Amino acid sequence: MGAQLRVYKRRIKSVSATKKITKAMEMIAASRIVKAQRQVAASTPYASELTRAVTAVATGSNTKHALTTEVEKPVRAAVLLVTSDRGLAGGYSSNAIKEAERLGERLRAEGKEVVTYVVGRKGVAYYGFRERPVAQSWTGFTDSPTYADAKRVAGPLIDAVQLETAEGGVDELHIVYTEFVSMMTQNPVGNRLLPLSLEKAPAEAEATPGRILPLYDFEPSAEGVLDALLPRYVESRIYNALLQAAASEHAARRRAMKSATDNAEELIKSLKRLANAARQADITQEISEIVGGASALADATAGSDK
Amino acid sequence: MAAELHVELVAADRSVWSGEATLVIARTTSGDIGVMPGHQPLLGVLESGPVTIKTADGNVVAAVHGGFISFADDKLSLLAEIVELADEIDVQRAERALERAKADADAAAERRADVRLRAVTGVH
Repeated sequence: MGAQLRVYKRRIKSVSATKKITKAMEMIAASRIVKAQRQVAASTPYASELTRAVTAVATGSNTKHALTTEVEKPVRAAVLLVTSDRGLAGGYSSNAIKEAERLGERLRAEGKEVVTYVVGRKGVAYYGFRERPVAQSWTGFTDSPTYADAKRVAGPLIDAVQLETAEGGVDELHIVYTEFVSMMTQNPVGNRLLPLSLEKAPAEAEATPGRILPLYDFEPSAEGVLDALLPRYVESRIYNALLQAAASEHAARRRAMKSATDNAEELIKSLKRLANAARQADITQEISEIVGGASALADATAGSDK
Repeated sequence: MAAELHVELVAADRSVWSGEATLVIARTTSGDIGVMPGHQPLLGVLESGPVTIKTADGNVVAAVHGGFISFADDKLSLLAEIVELADEIDVQRAERALERAKADADAAAERRADVRLRAVTGVH
């Protein structure tokens, strides 16, 4: 076998091994998307009921609460960035990071100091490499986040919001994560969690005419309910964001691995063509050597006959 | 048939129970409250404790760990981070947890186990 042919054979073997791995990862990611989507759906009733309750208290009462009122001159804003723990998911993490950078830029332009909180090893690595300060980071659960994880993330954020600005507290809370739109589309988005923007709520109320939010009776009091409600609200929003981010991560990984598998297939095809050509060249050369040898031999014997 | 209200019992990561009921008894921070159809719109903070839902075919009891009750338009939702139906609770495990919590003087764990046991036995 020719040396050229051997080199091609070896490369084909290594590319098919890679293809097997990427194919397996693609299938694993595909099966996990379904699970992640189901989790998103399962968490929706709680989140929507909670949102409805928060809206009811915030619009139905004239209570002033630290978590709902806009500070006149906000000085500090917290940004929670949700990235993945593992790579091989195409542009998933870098897109989220870019969105966070954009949001940070905008907040800084508005004269606010930005405090960054990061979820996921990729984001931590990004900020660590650039030696940017990160207030707190969490890793190890981006694949399948639980409510306990969301609580762990939300705790310090709620503390920071409740702290007075002069003592290092934050006035605003933003969250950047990748929204799961469909299997093919995932968008990085930056949302403001706190202070509550109630612009959405009246729009929804108008959309369903004749349905006015009822006048609630609060137990024990509007302030008490809001005090208890808002931390849960933040937790559930973060939980929802983490779940969507997990679904997006799997979808992004599936897509990245699918294109890697396709590329490997393409590469194997072209390598096979080259290998076939090399084999053909070997055979042609061998034949021409044999024919050349035979005719040389024939010439030699023809000469001795004379 | 008596008037009924629609109840949604929802935990953070799943919907636990939903259906029609005639009376719901829950414990808020300011005391036990019973909600029947036609009640005034209500939004309250729940204490950890058992919640009883009286339906046409018997009672549904659940252990609720913190959370909220909200009622409007004959629709009642009970929201909590952790909700367990009485049928789902493993009594022996809860008893063991209660003893362990008592031994460790872990007040939070003791209360959780106590709530579970009370939900099973149906004692308010």
